[in-house]
Amino acid sequence: MDFFLQLLVSGIVVGSIYALVALGFVLIYKATGVINFAQGEFLMVGAYVCLALVSQLHIPFWIAFFLTMAVTVVLGMIIERLALRPMIGEPIISIIMLTIGLSSVLKCAVLLVWGPNNRVYPQIFSQVPINLGPIVISQVYIWSVGFAFLFLALFTLFFRYSSYGIAMRAVANDQQAALSMGISVKKIFALAWCIAFLVAGVGGVFLGNINVVNVSLGFFGLKVFPAVILGGLDSIPGAIVGGLIIGILEAMTGGYIDPLVGGGTKEVLPFVVLVIILMVKPYGFFGTEEIEKV
Amino acid sequence: MGVMLNVNNIEVIYNEVILVLKGMSLEVPEGKIVTLLGANGAGKTTTLKAISGLLKSEEGEVTDGTIEFMGEVINHREAEDIVKSGIFQVMEGRRIFKDLTVTENLLVGAHVRRDRENIKRDMETVFSYFPRLKERHKQVAGYMSGGEQQMLAIGRALMSKPKLMMLDEPSLGLAPLLVKEIFEIVMRINKEEGTTILLVEQNANLALQVADYGYIMEGGRVVLDGECEVLRNNPDVKEFYLGQSEAGKKSFKDVKHYKRRKRWLS
Ligand SMILES: Nc1ncnc2c1ncn2[C@@H]1O[C@H](COP(=O)(O)OP(=O)(O)OP(=O)(O)O)[C@@H](O)[C@H]1O
Ligand SMILES: [Mg+2]
Repeated sequence: MDFFLQLLVSGIVVGSIYALVALGFVLIYKATGVINFAQGEFLMVGAYVCLALVSQLHIPFWIAFFLTMAVTVVLGMIIERLALRPMIGEPIISIIMLTIGLSSVLKCAVLLVWGPNNRVYPQIFSQVPINLGPIVISQVYIWSVGFAFLFLALFTLFFRYSSYGIAMRAVANDQQAALSMGISVKKIFALAWCIAFLVAGVGGVFLGNINVVNVSLGFFGLKVFPAVILGGLDSIPGAIVGGLIIGILEAMTGGYIDPLVGGGTKEVLPFVVLVIILMVKPYGFFGTEEIEKV
Repeated sequence: MGVMLNVNNIEVIYNEVILVLKGMSLEVPEGKIVTLLGANGAGKTTTLKAISGLLKSEEGEVTDGTIEFMGEVINHREAEDIVKSGIFQVMEGRRIFKDLTVTENLLVGAHVRRDRENIKRDMETVFSYFPRLKERHKQVAGYMSGGEQQMLAIGRALMSKPKLMMLDEPSLGLAPLLVKEIFEIVMRINKEEGTTILLVEQNANLALQVADYGYIMEGGRVVLDGECEVLRNNPDVKEFYLGQSEAGKKSFKDVKHYKRRKRWLS
């Protein structure tokens, strides 16, 4: 039982980071219809930027963290402006190809600047674990899950109550009608990319603190696909729930099944889930099946 | 009172080849209701989109002539700036945001407003015109009936406090009684809010009763215009626009339905 709870906790921690990255992914998909294959690289860039600020420029971690948020927002803006805005009106498939290119560009840029070696964050969170009844949680896990949920909650409130959040959902529903309300669809697109980069970057910082930092962090982005397919490509709550479920499933298979078969199932399981979901529930559990009313 | 909107001899081309408006002109005086009538494909919606700037989102372009609103040429402005300057188009087919609630739809209508503090009050005004929206304010808009959706579309327009409201076939697909109700509210909005109205309609009979002045379009230009009273008694208008048989109306409706579905998909 303790072992189960322990796995559950680490599943939730990793799952909450999946949820963050998935949130950004869904946001872009909802607002612009683009499937962003560079989402994992956004996370990687976030991890590297914060690490550079902390260990190369010796900026205290929390300041570096907020600076990283600012940097990711600006990067999101630049990428939207230079790469994606000129593509508005082009076929979606071309834009999707462009995001694949973008993921390579970001990976190369990181390799050029920081090289291929593993890097680690200096110790930021106390190593003393915290005992919660039968389970033991390291402090970095607590911070990580706390911030992930904070961001998820903030953005949920943003989409629900703020004028721009509601406008984003309106654009996702009917672009031309949104235009007729005086909403600047271009601004909304830019905002979607900024938020997507920001949430992935935040996820990257914490993941970097949990694991080592190297370019393979970008592969984390692939795990987002099972998460969002599970939750429904266009559903924000779905992204959150999907991320958590994939995180938990992964931890469970890692704990229970990997020892039996000698490892490897953990990596495969999310994609098995993906295939099954696509077969039985192609819109995911929260995705909209068009309201048909004419 | 002065002329609020002046469409002066415009030409509109889609996709750089399809010439749709060929010297279209009309004037909308401040505070009045003007109606624009015409058969399918005459170019009524295109005229409205040229004014509101939505043409640009459909590969359409005003290639000649000018559109002046309150003395300023607006035909090169972006749609968002045109909404900010006070023109609001209620698009054909209602186009409510179906995953948003009624309240959220109304808030989106107020997106360009700077005086956020008055928004609550104006929402109450909208609810006083359309009490049914108030009852349903938490409901997801996509599940509302066609009539309620049309009310929401007009209410949403009101939320932006436009100087000029352009309505594109608000009667489309609604029961006659409901059409009458909606037209009465449009007239009240015109009187009580002082909103100038440009009304595009297929239902010429009703439109000529509520409007002050009418234009009749054919093939991308105006073929006839005049005070609505005069138009109502014009023999040609009587024959072509007011004397439609019931059977004719029905088949026409089916055509519309098909057309709209196609546009949804594209
Ligand atoms: N986006 C577009 N691209 C190309 N052609 C278009 C486009 N929109 C409209 N047209 C064409 O322009 C002409 C006028 O269309 P418009 O929609 O303005 O007519 P309408 O008077 O509003 O007709 P209806 O009563 O059926 O709504 C039609 O022949 C139509 O096929
Ligand atoms: Mg039309």
